[in-house]
Amino acid sequence: MQFFFEVLIGGLLAGVMYSLVALGFVLIYKASGVFNFAQGAMVFFAALTFVGLQQKFALPFWAAFTCTLAVMIVLGILTERIVLRQLVNQPQISLFMATIGLAFFLEGFAQLIWGTAVRPLDIGVTNEPIQWVMERFDILVVKMDVVAALVAGVLVGVLAVFFNRTRIGRALRAVADDHQAALAVGIPLKQIWAIVWSVAGFVALVAGLMWGARGGVQFALTFTALKALPVLILGGFESIAGAIVGGLIIGASEKLAEVYLGPHVGGGIEGWFAYVMALLFLLVRPEGLFGEKHIDRV
Amino acid sequence: MFYREAGQFKSSYAADQQLFPILQDRIGVLAFLAFAFVGVPLVASNYWYTAILIPLLVFSLAALGLNILTGYAGQLSLGSAAFMAVGAVAAYNFQLRVPGMPVLVSFLLGGFMAALVGMAFGLPSLRIKGFYLAVATLAAQFFIPWLLVKVDWFSNYSASGVITAQRIEILGYAFDTPMKKYLLVLLLVVVLALLAKNMVRSRIGRAWMAVRDMDVAAEVIGIRMLHTKLTAFAVSSFYCGVAGALYAFAYLGTVQPEDFNLDLSFRILFMVIIGGVGSILGSFLGAAFITLLPIFLDVLLTDMARGFNLNLTPGTTSMAQLVVFGVLIIFFLIVEPHGLARLWQITKEKLRLWPFPY
Repeated sequence: MQFFFEVLIGGLLAGVMYSLVALGFVLIYKASGVFNFAQGAMVFFAALTFVGLQQKFALPFWAAFTCTLAVMIVLGILTERIVLRQLVNQPQISLFMATIGLAFFLEGFAQLIWGTAVRPLDIGVTNEPIQWVMERFDILVVKMDVVAALVAGVLVGVLAVFFNRTRIGRALRAVADDHQAALAVGIPLKQIWAIVWSVAGFVALVAGLMWGARGGVQFALTFTALKALPVLILGGFESIAGAIVGGLIIGASEKLAEVYLGPHVGGGIEGWFAYVMALLFLLVRPEGLFGEKHIDRV
Repeated sequence: MFYREAGQFKSSYAADQQLFPILQDRIGVLAFLAFAFVGVPLVASNYWYTAILIPLLVFSLAALGLNILTGYAGQLSLGSAAFMAVGAVAAYNFQLRVPGMPVLVSFLLGGFMAALVGMAFGLPSLRIKGFYLAVATLAAQFFIPWLLVKVDWFSNYSASGVITAQRIEILGYAFDTPMKKYLLVLLLVVVLALLAKNMVRSRIGRAWMAVRDMDVAAEVIGIRMLHTKLTAFAVSSFYCGVAGALYAFAYLGTVQPEDFNLDLSFRILFMVIIGGVGSILGSFLGAAFITLLPIFLDVLLTDMARGFNLNLTPGTTSMAQLVVFGVLIIFFLIVEPHGLARLWQITKEKLRLWPFPY
């Protein structure tokens, strides 16, 4: 039983990491209806830029963080200018494919600048089990994961306040609801999109730091970030709460499946279990746990 | 082109329904095919066959398959490489386990197996669409290669699922040189492409396009959703499966399921986007573009590096490739969403009027 809880907690905490990436997806989807496939690449790009800056110029944590954030904001604005603005009124699937292009660009560009080597990322938290939990409950909980979970919690709180209590947040929600109506009441659509992409860049940076601190900054990060997709499906594309809950479910079930189901089928099922689960889930509830039901009108 | 269809009157249904209704088009296509079948073998070297022509044709076929699904039926798929893997492994197993199985038949059976798997993974498309479906096909992309590695019966108990394709021998005649393989692949691709061209203008093709343009409306006018979507998945996977079999048998010889990864799926998707979504010709143009671009970039970058006295690592070129791919995708989506095929069409229309545009 102890082992079960250990796996479960490990899975839940890993799920939080998926949620961090999924949050970025949800933000952009909510505000612009764009399914941003490049979110994973943005995570990778942010993490690599952070580590690169930190190592090259020996910057302290906060300086590197600020610089990278600036880079991500510029990236967000450029994306809006160069890509999205040109594709207004195109079918959503075109926008989706454009973000695949963006993902390739970011992956290549980041590695062109900073090289392909795996870089360790140190944010001052070790990847060790927490002692007192070990002693009291005999359960192995990694410190890094707990920090990541806390960060995710804070992030969700900040985003919730941002969305619900600020002027920009209200504008974002208005845009998400109806582009034309938002334009009609005088909300500057282009600025709003630039802001959303910048915020998504910020979320990507935080997610990148967490992921990077866990396993080093490397290209495989982009694949791990893909796991955010089943999380989204489970949680629904439009819901921040969905991203969190979906992440927890996917993370926990994936780890449990690997440990309890894996040995029976030869192991390595972690690579696809999340996707197949999302697929089966879709058959039952196509709009996800917290998603909005779409009604097609002809 | 320089010619017009003026004066070519159709006096029978057969004439009206030909694949290429304009005489000059027919001549052009025949001339091109003659060049591909006779002219190319006269001039091409082994490097051309193995590095350019065979992969180009194989990828064309795969792109054609994805184009049927994405371009014609409007169902986005990110799992085409997985269906190629099914085709390759199935063809290998038919060759291995059924004595006296003709190679061509095993290619087709490989395609059919891929079609079955494709239909299974196409089932969710009845409930979901758009991005949701794209993510669902990712399940195929990750699950199938894993299965092919884990169940080692598929690869005849070789390490990590590596399969070594058997010799291609038809009626005692061995296709062992690159040239012969090229001709075989070319023949198959031409037949399947003509078949596809015929299919997309038939009843089923029209049903696909209706579903793509607006599925609710299509359903209202009496198109069977289940039937239409599943046939799209089946036909598309069939093409991908045959492409996978050819990839293993004629192109590489030795493949492992991991070769058919997400990256390959994306490359096929890019071929479709750059070539032209919803165009048979576009699949070929896109495949040519994506296959030739890395070779071209490689040469260009190496030359440039020599010119500027930089030393390039192989990593740099592959990263530059990623960047160029990404930029090109965005560029094409913005500037010409219908891809190279549309550019070709525009050129043709311009040339019709040339040199007297008024």
